[in-house]
Amino acid sequence: MRRSTAAVAIGAVLALAGCATDEPTAVASGTASQAAGSGTGAQSKFFVQADYDKELALLGATPTGTAGKPWEQVLEPNMVQTAKFKKPGPHKICFSNAGLNNPWRQVGFKTMQAEVETHGRQIKQFVHVDAEGKDQKQIADINDLLGKGCDALIVSPNTTATLTPAVEAACAKGLPVIVFDRGVDSTCPVTFINPIGGYGFGHVAADFISKRMKPGGKVLALRILPGVDVLETRWSAAKVAFDKAGVDVIGVEFTDGDPAKTKKIVNDYIQRYGTIDGVWMDAGAVAVAAVEAFVDAGRPVPPINGEDQLDFLKMWKDKNLTAIAPTYPTYQWRTPIIAALRVLNGEPVSSPWKLPQPTITQDNLAEYLDADMPPLHYAVCGCTDLPGYPQRWK
Amino acid sequence: MQLAERNRLRVRFRPGGLAPILVIFVVLLVLLGTRQPDFLSPPSLMSFLGRSAPLILLAAGQYFVIVAGEFDLSVGSLVTAQVVVAARLIDSDPSRTWPVILLLLAFGAAVGLVNGLITTRLRVSSFITTLGMYLILVGAVYLWSDGAPKGGLSEEFRRFGRRAFEDVFLVGRIPYALLILLAVAALAVLLTRSDFGRTLVAAGGNPRTAELSGVRVRHAKTLAFVLSGLAAAVAAILIGGYSGVSFQAGAGLEFGAITAVVLGGVALGGGRGSVVGAMLGALTLETLFTLMNFYGVSGALRSTVQGAIILLAVAVSAMRSVPAKGIQ
Repeated sequence: MRRSTAAVAIGAVLALAGCATDEPTAVASGTASQAAGSGTGAQSKFFVQADYDKELALLGATPTGTAGKPWEQVLEPNMVQTAKFKKPGPHKICFSNAGLNNPWRQVGFKTMQAEVETHGRQIKQFVHVDAEGKDQKQIADINDLLGKGCDALIVSPNTTATLTPAVEAACAKGLPVIVFDRGVDSTCPVTFINPIGGYGFGHVAADFISKRMKPGGKVLALRILPGVDVLETRWSAAKVAFDKAGVDVIGVEFTDGDPAKTKKIVNDYIQRYGTIDGVWMDAGAVAVAAVEAFVDAGRPVPPINGEDQLDFLKMWKDKNLTAIAPTYPTYQWRTPIIAALRVLNGEPVSSPWKLPQPTITQDNLAEYLDADMPPLHYAVCGCTDLPGYPQRWK
Repeated sequence: MQLAERNRLRVRFRPGGLAPILVIFVVLLVLLGTRQPDFLSPPSLMSFLGRSAPLILLAAGQYFVIVAGEFDLSVGSLVTAQVVVAARLIDSDPSRTWPVILLLLAFGAAVGLVNGLITTRLRVSSFITTLGMYLILVGAVYLWSDGAPKGGLSEEFRRFGRRAFEDVFLVGRIPYALLILLAVAALAVLLTRSDFGRTLVAAGGNPRTAELSGVRVRHAKTLAFVLSGLAAAVAAILIGGYSGVSFQAGAGLEFGAITAVVLGGVALGGGRGSVVGAMLGALTLETLFTLMNFYGVSGALRSTVQGAIILLAVAVSAMRSVPAKGIQ
């Protein structure tokens, strides 16, 4: 009797363990497969050569628009007419948000709210609906918003394929729809706003790291999780760079964004290989944990990349690291509000709206460091001139 | 007579005996030593023990619950909740370290008390109770933090899980976490040898007999949950210290702790096993994962291995319990 209870219990524990590592942003289709320790492995199924070439070209492009305000700038603009959406204000702007489930989205959303405030009476109401990282909730949210008299709809989709029909339904209502961050498989939105993208991110970091070692140098690649398009593109571009440089990728490990797991993995690799010549990361969230693993083991920290989170930037300066921080800037949350008002004003906007994607290097590190901001704040928020700074972001 | 017979079985065959887990542990250590001789150097070994301390603590806590015939599935989310709460309350201010540590211990004990009372007073299966607690904590933390951790841990808080006494004679370094672990382990062993410990085993082995013989089963079981909650609090302090604040801090730990306890020869369903076995089980599990890494086995296989261990251990335990049932 007791045995059978135990067996049932175990089944449920197994199921529970599965739940615990579930990641709402994961896209079900396709995974990059490579065994740890076998170099860079096969190329990701998400890799598209043409997109890769385009993004790498954009890295060197000069943006148009106001200097010093990258959230208003455009790379290689392609203007579209919006006269048919022109309407007298003030406007009601609605926003269907994929989620607020990570610090990046938290910083971004606060930036967006502050941007709304700067427009004063032009916006009579700003409606925000949080989908909590669930596709089904976001589909229902968009559907609800259609009946609420919105003048423009901003969507940050949870996943690309699943949200496409909902976005198309919104377009069919004649509403100007603006999509940003993750995209949809449709040309119906007025514009799609995002920075250069994952290939650019992955390439910049991998290029920096591989240039700081001899061919055959040992690189450890740390990834958050497989199967998410923005992360897959980062890794696939890094793979191309590492293969080209002829470095030895000794491991490609998934950290689940868990600092404890990251630290253990790095610790194990340090013991296994003695020295590691570079660490590449597909996202900055656990960069500090990776650096700490070297520090706590009493080893020099090899060239490494992080992102623009302040905990990493601070450690970079304090420990005098050889580091680089490509970004996926949170200032992109300002742009949809600006775009929505331009569209409702009948002014042309660029579609797609490609934003510059700055990289933090040793030379400009000091500009981004701010000891008063919390450790999980993203430095490239473009928010220092917004109302409520810095208190709102603390 | 009956008791003597059982005692004799206990030494040789009982799955709760220490011999099997010791053999597995030594075999894994030898394999590790051949593959990676550096691993067995004292400083590296000390660091390994330090970073394994949280799982060992959780296994000790889980032992008390499992040996009494119950489960505690809430420890993983409790650890996450504690780390997130600590970061927000300390907010990088060193002077708040100690008050927050006391608060965490109280919080852990309180969660354990609620688990225990619901299980024993309302007679809800502990599996459901602690699963409910797991979900409540996950949701509450999400709500309270708006879905992303805020604040930061002070260096004073982090040192327990991260720092060590350096330049120690012979061993090189002794992590604080290891000292905390040894202290807790000693307490746990003392507890199992007390009346309370024997009551728990009796309650797990045969709750009816235990109750009839005047043992306060419900008190003992409730206390077991409190101990598990306290162990989770200490583990959270060490994990937060080791790696900093994260929403992932406790993910999957309940599963790791249960695997460790089972691997250590403690019978699921209760009544048999030792706390030392449970802690050795946790150490063995960590050793196994390290070994897998050194052999280049993908980290993705870890949960598969854990699942296989649980199934195997239960199967072995079930086979062994057949003759035992005859005696009972």
